[in-house]
Amino acid sequence: MKPPPFCYHSPRTTAEAVAIVGELADEAKVLAGGQSLVPLLALRMARPEHVVDVNRVSELAGARRDNGSLWVGATTRHAALERDADIRADVPLLSQVAPHIGHFQIRNRGTIGGSISHADPAAELPAVALALDAEIEAASPRGTRRIPAAEFFQGTFLTALEPDEVLVAVRFPVWGRGSGFAVEEVARRHGDFALAGVVCGVQVDEGVIGRVAVALLGMGSTPVRASATEQALIGVAPADVDLVAAGGTAVVAAEPPTDVHADGGYRKRVGAVLVERALAKAITAAGGSE
Amino acid sequence: MPEVTTDPATPVDVAMTVNGVARKARVEARKTLADTLREDFGLTGTHLGCEHGVCGACTVLLDGAAVRACLLFAVQVDGAEVTTVEGLSDGAASLTPVQQAFRAHHGLQCGFCTPGFVVSTTAFLTDNPDPTDDEIRAGLAGNLCRCTGYQGIVRAVRGAAEAIREQGGESA
Repeated sequence: MKPPPFCYHSPRTTAEAVAIVGELADEAKVLAGGQSLVPLLALRMARPEHVVDVNRVSELAGARRDNGSLWVGATTRHAALERDADIRADVPLLSQVAPHIGHFQIRNRGTIGGSISHADPAAELPAVALALDAEIEAASPRGTRRIPAAEFFQGTFLTALEPDEVLVAVRFPVWGRGSGFAVEEVARRHGDFALAGVVCGVQVDEGVIGRVAVALLGMGSTPVRASATEQALIGVAPADVDLVAAGGTAVVAAEPPTDVHADGGYRKRVGAVLVERALAKAITAAGGSE
Repeated sequence: MPEVTTDPATPVDVAMTVNGVARKARVEARKTLADTLREDFGLTGTHLGCEHGVCGACTVLLDGAAVRACLLFAVQVDGAEVTTVEGLSDGAASLTPVQQAFRAHHGLQCGFCTPGFVVSTTAFLTDNPDPTDDEIRAGLAGNLCRCTGYQGIVRAVRGAAEAIREQGGESA
């Protein structure tokens, strides 16, 4: 099918984009990469009266260091996450996860702002934002606010964004020395949405784990932070980490969905193993040895 | 091209460079780049397989990057450069290494997915000049073929990569 009719807006500045979306609110959808929105329009699962194309707002693209955080503009393409040396240096998990997102044709258009505001439970970037305690910067005519990732993802395709808000950037804390990151996913075909996946980071400080972040994707209606696993690992020497226990703890409270792609029980078993593998890799990458 | 269309049904003027030629069209905002290429510019090499971004038959190069033309609106592409399968070579007498390889290695049967594969492969080999078979399969996983079972396609991509390396240069 063809997309339904809409009024098209092409703002050139963030202020213009915010003004348009601010006024039109739920009559408008923001068009960034279009890799999720345009299929919805083509299948007529969405019929916004207005489409606000933010691809010409140059100030929304790119990444820059802002004290201890990396500010990543909403229209930064997944391909840029893969290739940009500064992003790789400051937030390696973004570079590591990017090749798992769809296919390279999708990554040439898809954006971090789009992925995070779309909030597919099987998507990688929401899990990365959650794991790293990112802040989502949202702007409306009422002002700009920073929403912690832990409060942002509320359900399948549901976020804390108000209809009159535009996601302008995501801020990621920079971990620095002694940290290692890993991504593990199971998908039936390369580029499919993951049946289950894990993103994690470990920082080793004076021989013990000082910081750890583990988030699961495809395991519920939002990405899931494995807080109990994390807490159990703080202060533990890499050689003393019980990976199997960590994997089990991470999924014990999860209620992954059963659907045409996989059974919930399978996702849970796979999720536990992926946590083991991801932690092992991240610990090695952090310079600890398992 | 105006910054806003106030009536969805009223077409707007768009201008873009397609295969090196300046082209213009008058289209509704909702008209995809794929449909514009096919209907307004007569370039029917770009195929519509799924029209929702899954099959890759509509792949074109936008400012050099491989993208799904069915997921772009023509109004978004105003001012940009598009390369379709028709624009890869100078004509039948001078097929590109990728096109020659698909021909030589039986990388197609009905040919419907082939423009998407040829454009995607051209882009893929530019960034990955010496891929393993696994890398080929993973890299081109965004293009679907219902006829071949992919064996000939993988051989074609491998063959194209070798030919390009031997020629010391570019895939298109």
